This record gives sequence, C-alpha cells and structure tokens, in this order.
Amino acid sequence: MTLIRKPLSRRSILRAGAAGGALLAAPTIFTSRAWAAGYVNEPTGSTVTLGFNVPQTGPYADEGADELRAYQLAVEHLNGEGDGGMLNTFSSKALKGSGILGKKVEYVTGDTQTKSDAARASAKSMIEKDGAIMITGGSSSGVAVAVQALCQEAGVIFMAGLTHSNDTTGKDKKANGFRHFFNSYMSGAALAPVLKNAYGADRNAYHLTADYNWGYTTEQAVRESTEALGWNTVETVKTPLAATDFSSYITPVLQSDADVLVLNHYGGNMVNSLTNAVQFGLRDKLVNGKNFEIIVPLYSRLMAKGAGANVKGIFGSTNWHWSLTDEGSKAFVQSFGQKYGFPPSQAAHTTYVQTLLYADACERAGTFNPCGVVEALEGFEFDGLGNGKTLYRAEDHQCFKDVLVVKGKENPTSEFDLLEIVEVTPVEQVTYAPDHPQFAGGALGSCNSGA
Amino acid sequence: MLGLDKKDTSTFLLVVALVVFAPFLLNPFPDGSELAQFNAGYPDLMQRFLIFGIFAIGFNILFGLTGYLSFGHAAFLGVGSYAGVWMMKLLTMNVVPAIIMSVIFAGLFSLLVGYISLRRSGIYFSILTLAFAQMSFSLAYSVLTPITNGETGLQLNLDDPRVLGVSQVGGSIPAANFFGLAMRDSYELVLGNWLFTFNAGYYLCAVVMIAAFYVSVRIFRSPFGMMLRAVKSNQNRMNFTGLNSRPYTLAAFVISGMYAGLAGGLMVAMDPLAGAERMQWTASGEVVLMTILGGAGTLIGPVLGAGFIKYCENIFSKINDNILYQWFSALPDAVADFLVFIIHPFIGKGWHLTLGIMFMLIVIFLPGGIMEGISRIGKLFSRKKAEQGPNGTAAPAPAE
Repeated sequence: MTLIRKPLSRRSILRAGAAGGALLAAPTIFTSRAWAAGYVNEPTGSTVTLGFNVPQTGPYADEGADELRAYQLAVEHLNGEGDGGMLNTFSSKALKGSGILGKKVEYVTGDTQTKSDAARASAKSMIEKDGAIMITGGSSSGVAVAVQALCQEAGVIFMAGLTHSNDTTGKDKKANGFRHFFNSYMSGAALAPVLKNAYGADRNAYHLTADYNWGYTTEQAVRESTEALGWNTVETVKTPLAATDFSSYITPVLQSDADVLVLNHYGGNMVNSLTNAVQFGLRDKLVNGKNFEIIVPLYSRLMAKGAGANVKGIFGSTNWHWSLTDEGSKAFVQSFGQKYGFPPSQAAHTTYVQTLLYADACERAGTFNPCGVVEALEGFEFDGLGNGKTLYRAEDHQCFKDVLVVKGKENPTSEFDLLEIVEVTPVEQVTYAPDHPQFAGGALGSCNSGA
Repeated sequence: MLGLDKKDTSTFLLVVALVVFAPFLLNPFPDGSELAQFNAGYPDLMQRFLIFGIFAIGFNILFGLTGYLSFGHAAFLGVGSYAGVWMMKLLTMNVVPAIIMSVIFAGLFSLLVGYISLRRSGIYFSILTLAFAQMSFSLAYSVLTPITNGETGLQLNLDDPRVLGVSQVGGSIPAANFFGLAMRDSYELVLGNWLFTFNAGYYLCAVVMIAAFYVSVRIFRSPFGMMLRAVKSNQNRMNFTGLNSRPYTLAAFVISGMYAGLAGGLMVAMDPLAGAERMQWTASGEVVLMTILGGAGTLIGPVLGAGFIKYCENIFSKINDNILYQWFSALPDAVADFLVFIIHPFIGKGWHLTLGIMFMLIVIFLPGGIMEGISRIGKLFSRKKAEQGPNGTAAPAPAE
C-alpha cells in the first residue's frame, strides 16, 4: 500500500467528503423523458441514431445478414459516401447526401433471433440505451408485428423489413409502422392470372401450409384468388414450422386427385418441402391428363439457391429482383455489388429503400418527430426506387407497387441467376380496399411521439 | 430481523441494497465514452435481470432443494404471461390483477403437470416435464391460436373491452400502470457525464423480487425446506421410513411454478406481449443454465446467474464490427483488423459462443457456480475462516 503515503487525518477525510458532496449536488437535474424533449429520443447533437434490428442467428440469419449489408450501404449513401446509389434515381430530391436534416447518420445493430421477445428486448435497448429514433428490420411477420407494436407504444417510427403476412398492415397495423414489402394478398392476386395462363382454369390444388400466422394468410390469399379463377381446392394441410422432412405430407398428395401443389412455406421449410416433392416425382406425374405442377407463393433468391435445381420452372412471386433493368434497380445493384461482390436479395432491397424513405420523410417534414414523419409518409407517391411508381397508402401504411411473378430459371448462368421474371403485374391488379376481408379488424390509432 | 438469522439478514440486506442501487451500479461508465457499450443500467435490461431473477429463484426452490430437474419451467412462465395479457385485454391496464392471475394460472397448471410428472423421478421426471412444455409450446403456436394468437404473440388491441378501464386513450392503447403510475415512466438523473434512469416498472419489479427472495429464504430455512433437502439426499430412505414425500415435492413444484408465473406476469406488466417462444424448450433450458451458473441450492446464486446470462444476451449481441473499429481506432490499421478478426466470432451474432465458453469455464473450474467463486474470494480475504479448514460451513454444496 504505497499509494497512500500519509496516514489519513480526520481533517482530510472531512475535506474530501465536503468536496465530494458538492460535486454530487451541483449538476443534479431531475428530468423525465416526457418533459425533457418534444418527443422520445429527439436528436440534440450532431448525429442521429437509427436502430437496425435483424435476425443474426436462427432460421433467417441469411436474410438478416443481407439486410444488414443493405442498411450499412444506405447509411453510407445518406452520409454522402460511396456513389449515392438510389439517391440519384429517387424521385424525391430532398436528400442531399449530408445525413438527415444535417445530422450525420449513425446506427446500432441488434439480433432479433426471429423471436418476438428477443426482438422486443433488442429494440427496447436501442430506444432506451442508444437513443434510436427509428427502428427497422425483421425477417418474419411475427417479429415485425411485435416490434411494430413496441415502437407504437414507445413513440418511435418502425420501418418494417421483410414481412409478407397480411396482418402487418392488416389487423395488426399501427400508426407508427410502415411496410414497403408486398403481402400475401398481392402474391395471390399477382400469381392467379399467370397461373391461369400457364396451367388453365380447371385445376385441383392441394395446399401445404406452414403452421403459423404467415402461412395462414398466404394460404387464404392464394386459395381465394385461384378459386376466383375456377380452381378447386382439394385440401389444405398444416405442417409444423420446425419440420425438416415433408415426405409424410407429400405421400397423401400423390393419392389425392390434385394436380397442383401449393407450398405456403418460406425459408428452410420451402427448401425442404420442395426438395421432397421433387424427389417423390410429383413433377413427372400426370393427373387427370394434366402435368402435375408446384407453386411457391413467396420466392426469394436465397431460397432458390437452397433448393438448387429443384426450382426450375416453378412459379412464385417476389417483391424485387436484381435483374430488373430500371434506373433505380441498376444503381442499387451496382453499388451493392461494388461493396460486397454479389447482387442484393429482395430483403436487402426493401430494407435499403425503407431507410431512404424514412430519411426522405424526415427531410420533407423538417423534423424527426414521429408524427411529422408519419404525415410525410402517408399518401407519399414516389418513383425510382426499383419498383416503379409506388404509393404509401395513408389508410394502412402499406406500399402499393408492381409485383413480380417469377419462375425458376431452366438454365441458370450463375449461382445468383436463379429466377427469371415472367411478368410484372401492374399495381392496379394487386390493389385492394383497406377494409378488404383479409385485412379486416385492427386500427391504425393515432401517431405516438412519446410525449 | 423478520425472522431471519444474522447471516441471512445480511444476505437479504445485501440483495435489497443491490436491487435499490442497481441503476447506479449498472451504469459505471459515463455516457458517450467507448465503454458505455457495457452499461446495463437501462430500464428494460434491469427489469429483465429482476424478472429472470425471480424465475431462477423459483426454479431453485425445486431444483436446488429437492434435486428434481424440471426441463419445462418455461411453460409456467408462458401460461402466466398469457393470463396476464388476457387480464389487460379484458379487465384493466392496472398490472395488479394481471400479476395475480398469472400466479394463479401458473399455479394451477403446475399442479396438473406436477401431479402427473412427479410420479417419476430423475431423468424420467425431466423428460416428462420437457414433454409437457413442448406440448404447451406447440399448442400455443398453432392449435390454440384463438387464445394465444399463435406465432405473432398475444398483444393488446385498440378495441379490447377492458371493462374496468378504458379501451383507448386518444387513439393509443393506455399504458400499463400501477394505480395510475405508468410502468414506463422514468426519472433521469444527470450527474456530470453520467445518466442514471430510475424507472417505475423497475422499482415495482424490485419490490416484488425482494418479497419473492424473502419468501424463498424463509422456505430454505423452514422445516418444509428441510424435508425438501431430505428428498434430495435420499428419497428412498425417506419413503422406507413410511413418510410420503410426494406432497412435499408437489408443493415445491407448485411453488416454483407460481414463481415462474409471477415472472411471466411481471414480464407482461413491463411489456404487454406474450409470445409462444417464451415456452420453448430453449427457454426452459435457459433457467437451468442460470441456476447452475449462479450456484444451485444457494440463495443469491440463481439471481446472479440470471443477471449474467441476460447481460451476455443483451450487451454482447449488440457489439458490431463498427464499434470494435472505434475501440481500436488508435492502433495501426493492420493491428486493428487483426484484433477485430479475432474478436469478431465472439460478439454480435456470436454471443452464444461467448456465453458457452463462460459457462464451460465456470462449470469446470467452479462447480458450485458464481457463488463458489465469490466464497473462494471471500476466503482469500478472511484468514480466520480459511484456517477452519475444509469442514467450514461457508462452501456451498456443489451442484449435482
């Protein structure tokens, strides 16, 4: 103990105590979040923090990793680094590459683990600890709905990532939440006419559906749109989400008189069920004098990669594909490819676009206040972000844009070139009324800025 | 004090002090500094520490005392959560009825599960409880969707009845409150560069957790607790003496189930959502890890274990490469790249790996968990006890 050279005297202890007390008392200010600022996490310094909450572990970790890459790219472009990407093609010119409202964009990341609880914990820590003013991300509808509700309560904006269930902007919609991605209804509406052209109006469909919320809404959407064309639904069977072997579900399909199999599966589920179905020789079968066909309502490049050669010739729908040739898509694919060396997935695209849309809304509103941002985004029409003319509908905060119907490519030229675009379904065909039965129930409520 | 002996009183007071001053203790680094990343003093995480602390204390009453290893405790937490959310949907946003109903429902469910599972012991008991929990999870995930809202999780809606309260306030769902005191209200204390947050919900959790801890101490020291320990040391011998041990084990099972329900109810009170994955077997495994990590059979061990795991989950998972580069910005680029390359697998998505390594180290070198480490350090500093030799009562029994 050589640090204390002199024995401590009573006097020095008293002196130290008095000094310490004064130090403690002087800067003490009691504040409450509600009174301190106009709204939660109002950025006061020279930076603004966004929270990127994506699955880094679990079944959708691949999508999550791609989303994170797109977010980092978006932050670069917003801060004026890199080649600017879609900022150059975006129809709104409010963003100048100088951050948002002159503040440099910073970000924090978190892991949703594709579990609502973990996702909310992660989002909460971003809001409470890191002072994030906007939360975005997610690669599953359950998580998106859970985090959207949290953001509504906390008073920050939620820009949904990859979430396809009708409920996100249907019965679970929230005023502070926005979705750029398309949904189950749009998939059904876009696919049905193409299927009719390819396979005829007289078909018997058999549905295998992942046993959770997204599966239900997708099954309903596809069933209703195909039945409207004259198709007959033979049976719908729910499969457990954790299933990896679908042979026991495929065998009954062979025995039914169905001639189309619809796989309402996503991610690893779809890869496994499609592989099983092809292995069972379903696609070589003739039923009622017609070729047996398989349909996957929601496609992604990452899934196509997993299923390999089995996706050849199989129809599905997707939000965006890197082979699109409009200016926005080209700019995005180029800057993403330059940075990472491969083309972006649809998850990357939607998250990139969401970040830009949020930043742009702040610029146009002139504030980060969530209520101002909501106002700026509601009914906002834009173009140049890869999907053509797009509308953020005010009634449910859902984007309306063209939907791509794609088909597994017969002769892929690279490991990324797996899907070909069959048709770009125009937006009019996939638009629905806000009170459509598939979206009924729930209300937006009013925007919450946490004040 | 309060019917506790001197040693337990000091343990109890220590826990009270730790819990009350946690907002200070968990925020040791000034805001904006590089190390602020490691601060854990924000409301959500502090609430989680306490809630999972309660969960682990309850689990320890069963596992630490009777040695019955339940692998399905998350099911009770889940049932409690669902009961809590339903109370908030139907009755009122006051958290008291929600918490009470959570405890009651979890208690009833654990009575059912315990009545069946406790017919077996050892590994068969563990498997039975695991089966029940997985069954509850699967039911909640799909078949019971009308009650549980399936994968999306049960949430509050604007048009919920809330017969004793209001459905909505100005287009928003009213905040969960304790007789008007909103759970999310916080007072922030700024001291120089430090920012301390005192959250209403946290202090409600604190009161409940201290009460739960007190009850657990009383159970540990009671004749009932002695019977449970007897079950752990040799249940056969107990049965041969003509004593029926089933009512004791069942009581312990239900009590620990009610603790789990209490934890579930508090989770809902802090964040009104109940998801099915709360009941998954990984969640049940987590509480086993917490208890073993902290020290099974000890009083504070499980709480420390819970804190440790939640800290890893929430802090390490949020460090990304960007933050690492900021830390090493003073170093030459090549060195920084190398360090980031080395550390990268252990942070962000690799937090499971960090946790796993820590868990292995603790279980291998400190079989009694964190509590054994603390008592070893304690021995280093107090010469007297060390001289007592290995027969001293200070060392807790290692976990089995």
